[in-house]
Amino acid sequence: MRNHTPWWKWLIIAVVIVPGAFYALPNLFGDDPGVQLRGARGARLGTAELGQVQKVLESSEVKYKSAVLDERGIRVRFATTDAQLQARDLLELRLASGTTVALTLLPAAPDWLSQVGALPMYLGLDLRGGVHFLLEVDMQSAVRRAEDRYVADLRSTLREAKIRYQKIGRDGSGGITVVLRDPAVLADAVDEIRQTLPGLVIADAKGSADGALRVRLSDNEVEELSQFALEQNITALRNRVDQLGVAEPVIQRQGDRRIVVQLPGVQDTARAKRILGRTATLEMMMVDEEHSLDAALSGKVAPGSKIFRFRDGRPILLKKRVIYSGENIVDAAASIDTQSGGAIVSITLDAIGARINQKITGKNIGKRMAVLYIESKSTIKTDVNGMSVKGADGRTIRVKQRIEEVITAPVIRDQLGKRFQIEGLDSVDEARDLSLMLRAGSLAAPVEIIEERTVGPSLGQANIDQGFQSVIIGFALVLVFMAIYYRVFGLFANVALALNLVMIVAVLSLLQATLTLPGVAGIVLTVGMAVDANVLIFERIREELRNGNTPQASIHTGYERALSTIVDANLTTLIAAIVLFNFGTGPIKGFAVTLSIGILTSMFTAIVLTRALVNFFFGGRRLKDLAI
Amino acid sequence: MRFFEKVTDFDFLGRRRSALIVSLVLLAISAGSLGIRGLNFGIDFTGGTLVEVSYAEAVDPVKVRSVLAEAGIDSAIVQYFGTSKDILIRLPVVAGQASAERSTAVVQALRGPIGEVLAESPEGGLQQCRSTDGVLVGDCTVQMRRVEFVGPQVGGELTEKGGLAMLYALIGILIYVAIRFEWRFAIGAVVALVHDVLITLGVFSVLALEFSLPVLAAVLAVIGYSLNDTIVVFDRVRDNFRKMRKGSVVAIMNNSVNQTLPRTVLTSVTTLLVVLTLLLAGGEIIKGFASALLVGVIIGTYSSIFVASPAVLMLGISREDMLPVPKEGVEGDPLP
Repeated sequence: MRNHTPWWKWLIIAVVIVPGAFYALPNLFGDDPGVQLRGARGARLGTAELGQVQKVLESSEVKYKSAVLDERGIRVRFATTDAQLQARDLLELRLASGTTVALTLLPAAPDWLSQVGALPMYLGLDLRGGVHFLLEVDMQSAVRRAEDRYVADLRSTLREAKIRYQKIGRDGSGGITVVLRDPAVLADAVDEIRQTLPGLVIADAKGSADGALRVRLSDNEVEELSQFALEQNITALRNRVDQLGVAEPVIQRQGDRRIVVQLPGVQDTARAKRILGRTATLEMMMVDEEHSLDAALSGKVAPGSKIFRFRDGRPILLKKRVIYSGENIVDAAASIDTQSGGAIVSITLDAIGARINQKITGKNIGKRMAVLYIESKSTIKTDVNGMSVKGADGRTIRVKQRIEEVITAPVIRDQLGKRFQIEGLDSVDEARDLSLMLRAGSLAAPVEIIEERTVGPSLGQANIDQGFQSVIIGFALVLVFMAIYYRVFGLFANVALALNLVMIVAVLSLLQATLTLPGVAGIVLTVGMAVDANVLIFERIREELRNGNTPQASIHTGYERALSTIVDANLTTLIAAIVLFNFGTGPIKGFAVTLSIGILTSMFTAIVLTRALVNFFFGGRRLKDLAI
Repeated sequence: MRFFEKVTDFDFLGRRRSALIVSLVLLAISAGSLGIRGLNFGIDFTGGTLVEVSYAEAVDPVKVRSVLAEAGIDSAIVQYFGTSKDILIRLPVVAGQASAERSTAVVQALRGPIGEVLAESPEGGLQQCRSTDGVLVGDCTVQMRRVEFVGPQVGGELTEKGGLAMLYALIGILIYVAIRFEWRFAIGAVVALVHDVLITLGVFSVLALEFSLPVLAAVLAVIGYSLNDTIVVFDRVRDNFRKMRKGSVVAIMNNSVNQTLPRTVLTSVTTLLVVLTLLLAGGEIIKGFASALLVGVIIGTYSSIFVASPAVLMLGISREDMLPVPKEGVEGDPLP
């Protein structure tokens, strides 16, 4: 029978549209004010914490709608913002310090929807408000630091090999110059360096005219260094962002020296910038065990010592002399000791650190050594009006604030060298935290903000409203136009267009692709362009009718002939959209994504769906003419 | 309803000389303006700082500028943005200054004289302020709506990447069309696209409209749209070359353009409907994007009728080029 849709095609349509409508559903619900909790430094929260949260809220009679625990932490929903703020303050006070308590907006869709992965579209920062930073890591300074380390390594290597040198130092042209006392041992020096320091490349193995060796970092080493610096910086930044109390921060690498930091909902950008740009270091000091802590606390601090505090506030007396600092730590990793089964942190030091470590620990077996975390924040000094205060030279004055915390103070059991372990930790989690702090307490290389895009919440809401309005108006205009122009067939196209919108929303929700303002513009544009496929088909049908074919034959050939044109035209547009996607930074990518999705879904709705509708209403009947 | 009661018979290809002159004049003006005035690049490309603030009441940009100057922020361009309550402040990149801090300084400088300091504000709500003595006063008088800071290094890269993106799109299209059709069609399509892009950019240059990242996206979308139009016409030309044994190349092409004319006009109408919606209801930020699309869709429609097919014709297409290649070794085709 002509123009009949077989059952399996209906099945395909149902299989696409029913889940499509289902996944688009969560977008119909709004947002609830909520609070999101995450563990300190990425630690997981469990049912115990969930129970604690519920108890805290119930005992203070703060009404909440629901409290859920999942891999992203605990999320509590409230009916009002007042309850939300009250709960946030309560939770921050009562829960273990270090738990991040963030205000956020949580989707109000019922839980059974989110349990099957049906979530509302993920809105970009230009729609929900927030800060986007692009940070560039200063790799040159990371390389300079590495060269400094290698200078020290070269000195100790040559000394150990009994090769006497006159001078070893970084030269201006980005390398290290080694001047030996005796040019005759040049070959020995070259062998020694090649053997013990494989990260270095010797530029002229025969030595230059002045008897000096020029050494530089191998490309591989620079590559590894950059990789390491980038990863360490990302870890450090993640730790810092946790202090900002942001519900869903995004910290990602972009290319080989950039990091994207996105903080949805953050309003105080000045604070965000301060925290991200802050520098932190670690220092190792000996615990002062000759003097009493109690005496020091009562005011009699021995000269050369100072009281410091642990993270939880416990005091400890340390000798002020810094043994070595975090810059000497090359690597730190948490693991389990195969013999004792306890949690340990293995630390690797560079040459300077190793030498000092050997000397100090050899003399102090049985005593305790402390790891001190130091962070200096620099803030602009402000007067009572919040205006920056300027010094005599017309520059703004910055005030330095120093935060000092003792991370751990283990007992030295043995003489230590380049590699050693910290034992006696309570748990694997603690070991992991410590290794993270040792590795990531400080930035491996300075970062600079090279791009900032902040959108305030009022603009974000205005963007959503205007974007939504544009979609509705554009959609309505096209609907009316198509209905007038193609009558019944126009209505078919309109059903397809409406379902196309649902499909775009569903695919965006399912992929959790970021919807941006240009993305919304892409949807609006798709509404205008998606009818093109139907226009092509309907014009073909009209042509066939004009040529004197029967209505049924015209429908059949119209769809058949238009198909290759539609595919060609859409594929070429898709090429442009894909190029746009690859080129794209944030907002542009959003446009490319909705445009591409729109092209693909419109091909389905315009070809398959309208055909089924046409067949259903007109197929297999004797028709004199068509309402087209 | 129909725009055309029967298949039209306009002599589009016959007017190809006039069309050529029109296009050449437009291209000359565009190229001239692009060469002399250049594009009014936004901070996405030049680097710089842009701050949009919204006041509770109407405010005078001159006053805002003097407040900024008092706080030591010179060379700021201050203008209204949409309404008299919204102010847009632009700052150029200044060598040797920590540029990311400047946007913070701007907002602080504007809030200072009013005596308000940002307090903690919940997500999704207006910014809350305290008075300087620490009392919460509610919504800030000065609401920071948007900050964009682009470092000079990023801007330079974008210009390069934007140009490259356009080039890649054109090459990709060239290859696809050459495979699916024939090389003359591929060149014709690309000529039409270059034509559209140049004139759209030309309009932005002549009117000194700001060329931002969304505008670049719109220009790339125009490439997609115009191509869509052109391919539909080409598809019909290919079809007709195979079907119509009689008639000159010009006649066949004319026929094809006329046959697809209702569709060309109709799709342009629906697209223009939504583009105009975006322009009028989409808000200030989307305006540049929508303007570029408006210009591009109109030029793209023109070029798919008057530029693409004539270009293929001038490259010397003949019916034989479009016939399927006869299979070798098959002899003695049954001829009628």
